[in-house]
Amino acid sequence: MVELHEVSKLYRQGDRDVAALREVSLRVAPGEVFGVLGQSGAGKSTLIRCVNLLERPTSGTVRVDGKDMLSLDDRQLREARQGIGMIFQHFNLFASRTVEGNVAYPLEVAGWSRTLIRERVAELLALVGLSDRSKAYPSQLSGGQKQRVGIARALAPRPRLLLSDEATSALDPETTRSVLDLLRDINRKLGLTILLITHQMDVVKELCDSVAVLERGQLLEQGKVLDLLSRPGTRLHGLCYAPFAMREWPANPGRRLVELFLVGAHATRPVLTTMARRFDVDANLMEGTLDRVGGAPVGRLLFELTGEPEAVSRALDFLREQGLSPEERAHV
Amino acid sequence: MSSELLNSLWVATGETLYMTSVAAVLVLLAGLPLGVLLAIADEGGLWPRPALHRAVGVLVNVGRSVPFIILMVAIVPLTRLLAGTTIGTTAAIVPLVVAAIPFMGRVVEQALREVDSGKIEAAVAMGSTHAQVILRVLIPEARASLIRGLALMIISLLGYSAMAGAVGGGGLGDLAVKYGYMRFRTDVMLGCLVVLLVLVQLVQWLGDRLAARFERTSS
Ligand SMILES: Nc1ncnc2c1ncn2[C@@H]1O[C@H](COP(=O)(O)OP(=O)(O)O)[C@@H](O)[C@H]1O
Ligand SMILES: [Mg+2]
Repeated sequence: MVELHEVSKLYRQGDRDVAALREVSLRVAPGEVFGVLGQSGAGKSTLIRCVNLLERPTSGTVRVDGKDMLSLDDRQLREARQGIGMIFQHFNLFASRTVEGNVAYPLEVAGWSRTLIRERVAELLALVGLSDRSKAYPSQLSGGQKQRVGIARALAPRPRLLLSDEATSALDPETTRSVLDLLRDINRKLGLTILLITHQMDVVKELCDSVAVLERGQLLEQGKVLDLLSRPGTRLHGLCYAPFAMREWPANPGRRLVELFLVGAHATRPVLTTMARRFDVDANLMEGTLDRVGGAPVGRLLFELTGEPEAVSRALDFLREQGLSPEERAHV
Repeated sequence: MSSELLNSLWVATGETLYMTSVAAVLVLLAGLPLGVLLAIADEGGLWPRPALHRAVGVLVNVGRSVPFIILMVAIVPLTRLLAGTTIGTTAAIVPLVVAAIPFMGRVVEQALREVDSGKIEAAVAMGSTHAQVILRVLIPEARASLIRGLALMIISLLGYSAMAGAVGGGGLGDLAVKYGYMRFRTDVMLGCLVVLLVLVQLVQWLGDRLAARFERTSS
């Protein structure tokens, strides 16, 4: 759906060039929610603005839905943009227009008839739950409601791709959750591809299928969220989880420290209990977190296995047979 | 004040209104596009044309720095060309318009620059043409400031029209000079002042009201 190939963007600052993006390549599959995670100043906004060419890359290629964006003329580019929705951190609603006027805007631009516009606007306001505020002005809405209008406006011309520039960064946690739920809903119901940028790990964990980590204009890694999270050593894992406090678990012969990442069914099935029973070992939980990634439970545990050395080894094999990747940690 | 003088005051008020309103319409017609150009052609603007922007900016600054009384004399040939004469209310409209266009251009530019660039970006991202961005986003979003600027421009025109009138154009300025100054008719002078004051207040009040109404819904 979106393909960036070695995209670089230089900005002239005074008498020198500053690279906001350095040869960034990424691929967003149709129908997925793809997140770009990075700190402020990493180049996230520049990256997402290069997709609909609000910013023209200094070099590299940008393809959206198979189209080479950089080769389009002005008219073709405007048409392509009508097929790409965008939402913003500060909503960017038109203050002089009512809620319905805002949602109607992209349809006016696309040349829809009045009757079709009226129907479509009503449909979208129902979708985002704002049918009763259609005549209100943006100044009369809460932040969450404003972003819902922004989403309705972005979806109006039935785009296949939605770009989100920190859409929840200006919202409180509860509103953030409801907006993320709405985006997830739209992604599922309409099969809409979403490319979002964020500095919030929670957004990645809650909403994204895939993720790329951007630092100082460079992509460090990209892949499935669960895949990167479950592998200690990836940047995403490091950003998400504090290291275990190994110091607190002094060496103890005959005991082995094991780190385990549990996803989905594994996190709810009593895999550790089964293991302990079947191999006559004890699993003492030392540290761990349980949370949800993409709606599925995910656990990251550090536990101590005690028992006959032979039994402990067989217990670890059992975990591997279950499709898990137990990693032994050295005592400090 | 005699009925004859009251009648002159009435006629002069009509002339002032005529000069000011015709000039205001022409100034708006020229000043709006000029202001749009100044606002969008800047580097990093919607339609960046730095060289053109600089050239027009210099022209506008020159226009604004020439004192009105000198401008009026300097453009006499142009006035004769456009109005067919250099005296009378119609002839006075020419220097009024020429003087107020650069001023209006800056006022419009200022108003448009206050529009949050994020809104313009959103409009561009939705595939708007430049004309759509200008007419459907930039100008509507700036309408409260534009109305205030328009009121300011009309009030300046009322003042300038008095000056233009005094140099042979008619209107309240002419009347005030002819009777109030040259013939020591303080009552006529006062009458002219009161009418001008009322006109200025009226324009200001209307402008404020309209702008406030837009601001209530849109900030
Ligand atoms: N228009 C611009 N001119 C100059 N430098 C810019 C411009 N836009 C962004 N930058 C620089 O590029 C870098 C990345 O910015 P940005 O993409 O906004 O980061 P993020 O969205 O991740 O916070 C920053 O160092 C910023 O100063
Ligand atoms: Mg940003």
